Amino acid sequence: MSPRTLFDKLWDSHVITTRDDGESLLWVDRHFLHEGSHHAFRKLDEKGMAVAEPSLTFGVADHYVPTRGRPVIADPEVAGMVERLSGNARRHGIRLFGLDDPGQGIVHVVGPEQGLTLPGLLIVCGDSHTSTHGAFGSYAFGIGASEVAHVLMTQTIWQRKPKRMRIRVDGRLGAHITAKDLALHVIATIGADGARGHALEYAGEAIAALSMEARLTLCNMSIEAGARCAMVGPDAVTFAYLEGRPYAPKGRALAAAIAQWQALATDPAAVFDREVRLDARDVAPTVTWGVSPEDALPITAHVPVGEGVTGARAAYLAEAMTYMGLSSGMALTDVVVDRVFIGSCTNARIEDLRAAAAVLKGRKAVLPGLVSPGSSAVKRMAEAEGLDRIFRDAGLVFADSGCSMCVGMNGDLAASGERVASTTNRNFRGRQGQGARTHLMSPAMAAAAAVTGRLTDVRSLPPVEG
Amino acid sequence: MDRFTTLVSIACPLGLENIDTDQLIPARFMSRPRNAGYGGFLLHDLRFASDGSSKYCCIDDPACRGAKILVARRNFGTGSSREAAVYALWDFGIRCVIAPSFGDIFASNAVKNGLLPAQVSEADAEKLLAACSADPAAIMTVDLEAVTIAVAGLVCPFAIDPVRRLQLLNGWDDLDLTLLHRDAIDRFRRLHHQERPWAVPARVPSSRISLA
Repeated sequence: MSPRTLFDKLWDSHVITTRDDGESLLWVDRHFLHEGSHHAFRKLDEKGMAVAEPSLTFGVADHYVPTRGRPVIADPEVAGMVERLSGNARRHGIRLFGLDDPGQGIVHVVGPEQGLTLPGLLIVCGDSHTSTHGAFGSYAFGIGASEVAHVLMTQTIWQRKPKRMRIRVDGRLGAHITAKDLALHVIATIGADGARGHALEYAGEAIAALSMEARLTLCNMSIEAGARCAMVGPDAVTFAYLEGRPYAPKGRALAAAIAQWQALATDPAAVFDREVRLDARDVAPTVTWGVSPEDALPITAHVPVGEGVTGARAAYLAEAMTYMGLSSGMALTDVVVDRVFIGSCTNARIEDLRAAAAVLKGRKAVLPGLVSPGSSAVKRMAEAEGLDRIFRDAGLVFADSGCSMCVGMNGDLAASGERVASTTNRNFRGRQGQGARTHLMSPAMAAAAAVTGRLTDVRSLPPVEG
Repeated sequence: MDRFTTLVSIACPLGLENIDTDQLIPARFMSRPRNAGYGGFLLHDLRFASDGSSKYCCIDDPACRGAKILVARRNFGTGSSREAAVYALWDFGIRCVIAPSFGDIFASNAVKNGLLPAQVSEADAEKLLAACSADPAAIMTVDLEAVTIAVAGLVCPFAIDPVRRLQLLNGWDDLDLTLLHRDAIDRFRRLHHQERPWAVPARVPSSRISLA
């Protein structure tokens, strides 16, 4: 057999049939659902069909759940969305991590944490950040409501094989520089559509050195570069993470699985359609200034002046700056922030909360801020480690788990004109509330902004006294 | 699904890049049932201020009334996988979006609902934008058989995945095609789980077999 990439191997092991026109029918190993699945269930009901594989389908309440005052849901429209998911899960015999379940959390945190996400699986969910799960060496991608309905009815999906792309990152990330900074650096380098149509594999020294949590952050953000899916080849870090996870194989079954998973590596002679090579030493703490994740710069930089830029690009820069309330050429560290959000499927795992707490320990926030752990399990872990006290002592709100202010569906929103230092994944216009202004950054950088009230290079904070 | 062959309409020159699906339909509208129509939510925050007053957006321009075609710049439909973005376009009356590039998930969602994502070169996008800005009454013809767009004496090709083109031309529903492969799916499932016992979640009783 000719040399294959990791993606080729994942693809080949899921093809049921390929039509003459090149479209393949793929088997789906895991299907995750959230409250947004109501359109798909309606399609299912219209056709009078049942869920084909309830035991491979898992529901998680995350997009609409409140982060405070549980189990009461004050807004009836929000309550309706959460109840509709519960009803659909019950009716079809689907395991639901609902509002009152100790395993509840954000779907892309829950999957890995429960051991539902494993190397070698094909995973879909009606959410673009499903790319997250590729951190385990799985083929994971977001789908729309029509496709969700199709997977519910058949446990399969039609796809055309994407092209293969590899980003190799040499060297090691510097102190206080995280997977989030690397992800923003990648997107700024290749563009918000730079990986469009490609299955993206990360490789190289810097990637091998990343923890599982960091790899999840990197693969999560890859959709912001337009990638169809993203992945890291499974290794000892991956296998160690899986040990003892509820739904993962255990003991001899795990050993046997690991023996198979070790073959999930790109063959040395395999050819990619596109290769990009970056150096981890070029990555600084990175923040976004504009309205697309590609509008990212090192914190030491200035808002673009757009000199010599004309036409559509100039108009884009001007409109982005107007929306963001920034003037061209100003130092990013002079940008005054109103609010901080630490959370989301990108950056609310235990390591993220530890990194933010390390900055906040012994310091006070000068801004209001919300910390929403990635899952209820992460919340309990943070409490056991005393991180909740650090956040509260600094003046931030430590709340329950959900998508919260990343998408604002549960009512956690910023006001129009407010500027948010946010650990989330999208700085789109209005994403965190109509007229709200989002700056994306790592948890440590968001914590640093909370302390100073401005966008801040976390490396420049003076040590805590006493 | 309706068949898409040729579309003849005036076109609205939206002309923006990176129109993400959060802009196409803000998240706060997505809990609404579809039957009430999503057209009013399309590009809502570009069209209305937070106090509800109208802002200028070309899709509301009287000159663009009834346009079934939208012309935009690169990376249209990037971001969230929400199919509601397509519902909003469709319910507003849009049947074709022309842009130099599309978010992958958006393009897939579009085709499944009968809406054509027509990909053109950056240069052609600029020409088309110029043509319909100069004369909003100019009739544009999008021919999916010939894979061409014609307006004001200008004819340019567009790209679409051949499979998606056929799906739109024939109005195919994926499910009908999939059900033809029922036996192959059952066979695949058995072998897949035999060879990869770890692919079955632990501590979960064995699932029901085959399609319902």
